Amino acid sequence: MPSYDNMPEMELYQPVQIQDAVSLAARLAERGWLVGGGQDTYGWIKDRAKRPEALIDLTGIESMRGIRETADGIEIGALTTLTEIHSNDMIRSQYGVLAEAAEAVASPQIRNVGTLAGNVSQDVRCWYYRRGLQCYRAGGNLCYADTPEGQNREHALFNASRCVAVTPSDTGPALVALEATMVINSESGERTVAAEDFFVGPDVDIENPTVLRSGEILTAVRIPAKWANADYFYEKVADRNVWDFALVSLASVMRIEGGNIADSRMVCGAVECTPRRLTAVESAVRGMPRNKATADSVAGMASEGARPLNFNHFKMPLMDNLVERSLTA
Amino acid sequence: MNAKLTRRRFIKGVIFVGAAASSGAGFYLASAANRPAGGVERLITLNINGRSRRVDVMPQETLAHTLRYKLGLTGTKLGCNRGECGACTVLIDDVTNYACSTLTHMVKSRQVTTVEGLRAADGTLHPVQQAFIEELSPQCGFCTPGQIMATVSLLKSNPRPSRDEARKALSGNLCRCGAYDHYLNGVMRASGQLS
Repeated sequence: MPSYDNMPEMELYQPVQIQDAVSLAARLAERGWLVGGGQDTYGWIKDRAKRPEALIDLTGIESMRGIRETADGIEIGALTTLTEIHSNDMIRSQYGVLAEAAEAVASPQIRNVGTLAGNVSQDVRCWYYRRGLQCYRAGGNLCYADTPEGQNREHALFNASRCVAVTPSDTGPALVALEATMVINSESGERTVAAEDFFVGPDVDIENPTVLRSGEILTAVRIPAKWANADYFYEKVADRNVWDFALVSLASVMRIEGGNIADSRMVCGAVECTPRRLTAVESAVRGMPRNKATADSVAGMASEGARPLNFNHFKMPLMDNLVERSLTA
Repeated sequence: MNAKLTRRRFIKGVIFVGAAASSGAGFYLASAANRPAGGVERLITLNINGRSRRVDVMPQETLAHTLRYKLGLTGTKLGCNRGECGACTVLIDDVTNYACSTLTHMVKSRQVTTVEGLRAADGTLHPVQQAFIEELSPQCGFCTPGQIMATVSLLKSNPRPSRDEARKALSGNLCRCGAYDHYLNGVMRASGQLS
């Protein structure tokens, strides 16, 4: 019997340059596992639900840390911790929605080591999958959550395709709202992906919740100045205020001109496998004032088209009420 | 049954096998040099409570394991071992971390402080420890080292926190006795806001 308190023997590599990390990741491919803060890693390995042969510790790569101003906005190094993000003056004053989202993650100790890249690329939290069962997402051919007795109160309302797990990321919806760009490095060079396209649902790829492939490393996140200093709203609803993942979260940014919403982006977390943009609500509130009457006029629109499972109907009013708060806050 | 296999012989045998196994670690270290560049050396130096400690650390070993089972620093408790309770909270460069969810190899060049490192050289308790005693903060005491470390870290960055700020700073530490308010009283006393 293995001791589930200890991890099985693995190699550990500690590169200090992105180039070295990228070539290690390419050489080890599926046998390797990237570690930043490690808060999504150690549970998988202690439980023997995933068994990488080697860990690649990225935390020694200084060039992947820190928050820099760029010609058009800011660039956040992938290893920047969530604590550094929510306590950074520039992010607090200009991109408050991201600061609040980062502060909503897990617990203070986890935010002290948890990185922005780790928060967006962490795996889903469906407990059947995390338990190591051979479900669709683990390469098997059934789903344990979407069954008559499956415990699925935390699962998806929209766009489930065999797998019904939801995105667990709190910063993901904020980055999609802010129109961020993800910078991905591999041996074949650098590519950039819009935050909105970074997350993928099970209909596209059932085993990976993001476009990251083995051999690729998310090295930075760029946020354009477009939504700097915009009005914003962020709220995460969870069973517990600490540690817990969202039942529903909403990140929204709004540009107010002449008392009306000239443009907005509203993104829900934890209702499908990717952050979900509420495009119908966004276009319905364009040109309207940010007030209760506008909120009433879009009541119920956010959850329209939801296909709830046995135990997660309650997420629909949560979504609608968060939109109402976002428009009246 | 083999009459020669006495209890004493059996125990001696076990110890001998253990010695052989640990000398095997020598071979392991020697062969480590042949591994691909970048793989970690097992024999490392850690800075724990202001002292340098040489220790043989497996690549996948957590800091909580090293502290408790290799360095004998059992003040750091293991509750859940999954980063969900806070009993193993230690300071790394004055910032709170879960020792159960940190690889020892990741703290090689950092300053680690455990609850054993708080009291003064003459044995005087740290003001936070003393305040927790005066306020009867612990009930069963298992989560106390973690609560103390979280408080020490808070007071370094915010010497006079409000009760709400303290509640937030200690929110990553569970107490199954539910002595949360007593801990908060302790934080208020340690920061000189209760007399």
